[in-house]
Amino acid sequence: MRLNETTYTFLFAGGVCLVCSLLVSTSAVTLRSRQEANKLLDRQEKVLAVSGLLEEGKHLPAQEVRDLFAKNIQPKIVELKTGNYVPEDQIDPATFDQLKAQADPATSEAAPPNDAQVKRVPNNALVYQVVEDGKVTELILPVEGKGLWSTLYGYIALSADTNSIQGLTFYQHGETPGLGGEVDNPRWKALWKGRKAYDESWKPVIRVLKGTAGPPEDAPHEVDGLSGATLTSNGVTRLLRFWLGDNGFGPYLKKFREQGS
Amino acid sequence: MAFGKKEKEALLDPLFNNNPIALQVLGICSALAVTTKLDKAVVMSVALTLVTAFSSLSVSLIRNKIPNSIRIIVQLAIIASLVIVTDQILKAFVFSISQQLSVFVGLIITNCIVMGRAEAYAMQNGPVLSFIDGFGNGLGYSFVLILTAVIREFFGSGSLYGVQILNPTTMGGWYVPNGMMLLAPAAFFIIGFFIWVLRTLKPGQIEMED
Repeated sequence: MRLNETTYTFLFAGGVCLVCSLLVSTSAVTLRSRQEANKLLDRQEKVLAVSGLLEEGKHLPAQEVRDLFAKNIQPKIVELKTGNYVPEDQIDPATFDQLKAQADPATSEAAPPNDAQVKRVPNNALVYQVVEDGKVTELILPVEGKGLWSTLYGYIALSADTNSIQGLTFYQHGETPGLGGEVDNPRWKALWKGRKAYDESWKPVIRVLKGTAGPPEDAPHEVDGLSGATLTSNGVTRLLRFWLGDNGFGPYLKKFREQGS
Repeated sequence: MAFGKKEKEALLDPLFNNNPIALQVLGICSALAVTTKLDKAVVMSVALTLVTAFSSLSVSLIRNKIPNSIRIIVQLAIIASLVIVTDQILKAFVFSISQQLSVFVGLIITNCIVMGRAEAYAMQNGPVLSFIDGFGNGLGYSFVLILTAVIREFFGSGSLYGVQILNPTTMGGWYVPNGMMLLAPAAFFIIGFFIWVLRTLKPGQIEMED
């Protein structure tokens, strides 16, 4: 066969594709369990960090993270529309995958038009409660929405009054490193502690400013903007307002305030 | 196999004499993005060096078989596969850093250095030489990347490899971090200075005026 024949070219291209796809799929399959373990551990670490149980940026051995998580954190499934807890025998919080539920038309609904660009809202959501001596002291809610390039996935921690913010963290995003990627900056994240998410009429008013906001006493509803990342900052404002509002965790938080658990 | 003059040249030339960033000014995009912290720059350097070395090796192995009309796309397919594998490995073993590098590992695919070596060197030379050449160019890239990252992290955050050296004012110390160092233009200045110094020491690298 001569080198420049069309058939040869096609065969060669096919061969290269086959070898490359084998290589890629082998690595993806063999490494998947490790990656998933990493992801789960990372998420537990982030939940612990946002709750303040684990010092920000500090890494513990994997087993200690799992223990700390099991001891202090109680996962619960919440029906978003009504704000009621879903009993554990119906859905097991340990295996519930909210992102999967959100993508599945059977367990989610199209979101009403919103500027956080959330497309679908799951029927049920996974919240984490920090429990101390049998009392819930903090609520950790998953939030999600568009930044500049990517969807940001994270958690916000609220005190038991459902108003004071204890922390905010994003565990997955694809914003520009150094600019929007600074949502991961511990110093910026520390600014959230002590701010109030809602105003007197329980409307979510927390926002990321363009510029500096000052201490929580002077600016309870505002947080410093990320310099050079206005669109990411706006995205954070919008996604928080969406998930803290009536289409997100609003009904659940209302019920929590009334019933105290 | 003897490690002769040619091999040595392929390995060491890209460090100073023919540095891919300083002389050819390739791969600047990622050099700006991942040099705010040393740990990120090191992981990126290792990833790029391995990808360049192995892509040059694989391209060289089949260089006489590649139909000329589709050679660029074949090179790209090989590079892309290697990058995806690298990304998977990073996610499995250094999860937190792979999160910080985010899209930039994937962007190694479009890094001109990798493709440039495959097309300009590996298509003409044997597998061993090509591997060494790819590795050397990776080292040349790494050298500039790590140098830039050391300067940017030291002055921008007062730390090196995440270890606090200067005590910044935000933590109650005396050092006021230079915020500009953390923004992309700082990398331009540092790389610009590096090129200046290099061309002053080695006037042969100065480009002819048209």
